Amino acid sequence: MHALLRLGDDALVLAQRLGEWCGHAPALEEDIALTNIALDLIGQTQSYLSLAGSLDPDAPKTDDELAFLRSESEFKNLLLVEQSNGHFGDTIARQFLFDQYALLRAEHLAQQTFDLDAAAIAAKAVKEIRYHAAHSSKWIIRLGDGTSESHSRIQKSIDDLWAFTGEMFAADDVDIAGSIAGLLPDLSALKTQWDVEIDRVLAEATLVRPKDGAMKTGGRTGVHTEELGTMLAEMQILPRTHPGASW
Amino acid sequence: MSENKSNWPLWEVFVRSRQGLGHKHVGSLHASDAEMAIGNARDVYTRRQEGVSIWVVPAESITASSPSDSEALFDPANDKVYRHPTFFVLPDEVNHM
Repeated sequence: MHALLRLGDDALVLAQRLGEWCGHAPALEEDIALTNIALDLIGQTQSYLSLAGSLDPDAPKTDDELAFLRSESEFKNLLLVEQSNGHFGDTIARQFLFDQYALLRAEHLAQQTFDLDAAAIAAKAVKEIRYHAAHSSKWIIRLGDGTSESHSRIQKSIDDLWAFTGEMFAADDVDIAGSIAGLLPDLSALKTQWDVEIDRVLAEATLVRPKDGAMKTGGRTGVHTEELGTMLAEMQILPRTHPGASW
Repeated sequence: MSENKSNWPLWEVFVRSRQGLGHKHVGSLHASDAEMAIGNARDVYTRRQEGVSIWVVPAESITASSPSDSEALFDPANDKVYRHPTFFVLPDEVNHM
């Protein structure tokens, strides 16, 4: 349940952030690209949260209940995905760092046999995330290897977000139990693969990989940055104000 | 960014649908390079399962016939209805043409 909530919450919170670009992206084509990615992530959210909500037979919950009627501390997403959009480069940097991680994680999930429902969801998600990762990687290269202004701005975006990357690989009890069962990947092995991809793209983009400093964690246990509360307030206001509303 | 965007060249997009035999022109978009044009075309023109293959062509590479030439180019065909193959009597076996 916890493992599935984390998967669903990562996708949901990032989708909501990307949705904020709707009508505001730097070009019409990119506006559609970002919101397409958001829609892919919402689809993944629906699947993961529906599955998570069905696992407690005494108190089953729908995906909508989990998305709209939980409070901030009940969300288990990474701090990285809740960070505000900033400028376009900030959004791309956040997406790039997450996509590479999400792709490796989904590839493992699609192949494991501990939970076949989760495997089916991940198998579909892998195709989607593969496109997301290609999209964000190409933008990192385009901006990094672009003009001197785009280069310095995207470098700063990556530097600013780097402190949130440690949380992806900081294994706690849920990760370790999930890894032993076979459901979740071994995060230290995942990190090795992630490093290779990140380094490859950053090198092509002529960008410098930031040094690992103090990493910020807390999202997995519900201790979030101030960014999440305001986002959830906007996301949840309709179902909370009009319970059971449909359209 | 918006300045760069206005400098992005225009691309014409052709999509082959699932049943279609040929690529059909579906519209145009802006992109900085061919790779981005394919990505943008995928996002803008195939998000509702419209296609299985995409071509992008720089709009400046297309040579179009001039509207002022249209009389000379097209009007002469108007009274040559015999060029349509509808005057042949078809054998029954091929009556689904």
